[in-house]
Amino acid sequence: MDILVVLENRNGALHRMSLEAIAAAQSLARDLNLTVAALAWGPQAKDLAREAATKRVDEVLSLEHELLEKYSSDGYAEAIKQVIEQEAPRYVLVGHTYMVRDYFPKVSARIRKPFVGDVVAYRIEDGSPVFTRQVFNAKLVVDVAPQVAPPVLVSFQSATFQADAVEAGTAPVRDITVALEAEQIKTQSEPPFQEAAGDVDLSSAEVIVSVGRGIGKEENIPLAGELAEAMGAELGSSRPVVDAGWLPSSRQVGSSGQSVAPKLYFALGISGAIQHVVGMKGSKNVVAINKDPEAPIFEIADYGVVGDLLEIVPKLTEAIKEQS
Amino acid sequence: MKIAVLVKQVPGSESALRVGTEEQWVDESALDFEMNESDSYALEEALLIKEKSAAGGEVVVVSMGPPERTPKVIREALAKGADRGIHIHEEPPYENDPFLIAGIFASALRDEQFDLLLSGLQSADLATGQTGVILGEFLEMATATLVMATELQDGSIKVKRELESGWSQWITLPLPASITIQSGLNQPRYPSLRGIMGAKKKEIKVLSKADLIAGNTPLQSWERLYVHKKEKRTEMIEGDLNQVVDQLVNVLRTEIKVL
Ligand SMILES: Cc1cc2nc3c(=O)[nH]c(=O)nc-3n(C[C@H](O)[C@H](O)[C@H](O)COP(=O)(O)OP(=O)(O)OC[C@H]3O[C@@H](n4cnc5c(N)ncnc54)[C@H](O)[C@@H]3O)c2cc1C
Ligand SMILES: Nc1ncnc2c1ncn2[C@@H]1O[C@H](COP(=O)(O)O)[C@@H](O)[C@H]1O
Repeated sequence: MDILVVLENRNGALHRMSLEAIAAAQSLARDLNLTVAALAWGPQAKDLAREAATKRVDEVLSLEHELLEKYSSDGYAEAIKQVIEQEAPRYVLVGHTYMVRDYFPKVSARIRKPFVGDVVAYRIEDGSPVFTRQVFNAKLVVDVAPQVAPPVLVSFQSATFQADAVEAGTAPVRDITVALEAEQIKTQSEPPFQEAAGDVDLSSAEVIVSVGRGIGKEENIPLAGELAEAMGAELGSSRPVVDAGWLPSSRQVGSSGQSVAPKLYFALGISGAIQHVVGMKGSKNVVAINKDPEAPIFEIADYGVVGDLLEIVPKLTEAIKEQS
Repeated sequence: MKIAVLVKQVPGSESALRVGTEEQWVDESALDFEMNESDSYALEEALLIKEKSAAGGEVVVVSMGPPERTPKVIREALAKGADRGIHIHEEPPYENDPFLIAGIFASALRDEQFDLLLSGLQSADLATGQTGVILGEFLEMATATLVMATELQDGSIKVKRELESGWSQWITLPLPASITIQSGLNQPRYPSLRGIMGAKKKEIKVLSKADLIAGNTPLQSWERLYVHKKEKRTEMIEGDLNQVVDQLVNVLRTEIKVL
């Protein structure tokens, strides 16, 4: 095969970003007339293989090993290294998940091949793909090209391809094996756990007033709190506000916080980084106030105001109170 | 405990960025630089680990960048309490292949036999998030990323890794280990006046990238840096303060219907 898609398990089914990676592989295969194999592995490899076999790929590889039942960056990197050596793909595609962040650079180091990470687009130039990545806090993008012979490892940013764009099909499943030893795994892991649930469940909130670093300092948080109160809204926040200790982590929206889908998400001084956006892009309406007209939040907001939230928010709160 | 912390100087998050003439890097002339966000958490964690460990130890701050500006970020770390610095001189065009960058750090640090390497989970400019892991591989260390807590143990370090959607996991790494730090695990300190004065006397060893790169060539490289064309679908509300507020109330009431 030419393209290997490495799948990831999420609660016994394919991770949404693995489906997106299959969509990416189907697209690349079409552009370059290549074949695709999807690798189902780790715990419940058989279930993942069954699910992957319903997609339009040329083959599904199924890999089980007792040392892959539990995630370890050493074990997973070693397994993928061996699969790449055995199957000799030209492209190895994955979603840019937290797990991929953890072990894919290791694969790159071990096989001495490039890992082009968090890609947001590709295009074909002279028969080869050039990959586009976001740099400088996503304010700029850069085209990146591999400089060595294949394979190249590529991870795609969330929502670069659409999971529901995956074409269906039927694919044969082939069992493969790798040779792993317990000594190759340096780390010991404990079972994953969820931090104690906080005081709020933002996922069911109708209206969320969300505070970003643009609020400036802890003493300004009440400005947002008063607006939230006037609107009957819950208070949400971006990560830096939680990192600074201005709001509890139960308020954090984003890839490492909560996912929300309110009727209105009111973003105050939030730049719109991808890790924040993945947690709120299901919102029906987004209104943003930001003093930077180039802030990425203005690519996804329905309504936007370029201005100083410290001036606008108190006036708005007053006006809303007068209304009711 | 001998700890190295990688800290990188990056354009401040509010900088207006302009693509430079060669379309390879930004025009640095009008930029303010600051310590990369997760690196300042990594530095704080290194200082805390040293302060907590009975046997004491050393925190060495390591940065690669041009001689005109990089010493500032190293001095800042020394002022906060790092013991000495290593500055790898790099002239533009700056290296952008994470494999090569990690290789440069590996050559610079290998002989020092660090017990622990701390770095940020990703840099604001290159944003590859690969340096700490590849560096750990090159130096045959155990690695972990996205770390939100550390507990030093005898011969090992236990860390809490952040997983997706609010999940976490504890893992134990034998030393030496290279771990990448996620923001928010501590509250970075401010340098004291005494710290700032003391930093002037601390050693900064200078190395050159050209010596460390040892003829290696990149696995991937930048072709062109540019401004991404945005699909704007946002309806902008404009006017003076009162007009903006009136229109916002109107949108909230009649369009979105939440008032
Ligand atoms: C693995 C990983 C996981 C992450 N998980 C999350 C997550 O779960 N949630 C999350 O939010 N982030 C997460 N992040 C961080 C994310 O990448 C961004 O750094 C973060 O979302 C930025 O928050 P912000 O928009 O508040 O701050 P900034 O990006 O600093 O933006 C502040 C904004 O405020 C504006 N502003 C400043 N002053 C004013 C003013 N007076 N009036 C109006 N506007 C003003 C500025 O123009 C700027 O756009 C994660 C990052 C990584 C690498
Ligand atoms: N030039 C550099 N100087 C110092 N540290 C660096 C440099 N490049 C990368 N790092 C470290 O590696 C981390 C990850 O960077 P990156 O792989 O570029 O996303 C950063 O947060 C720093 O801790």
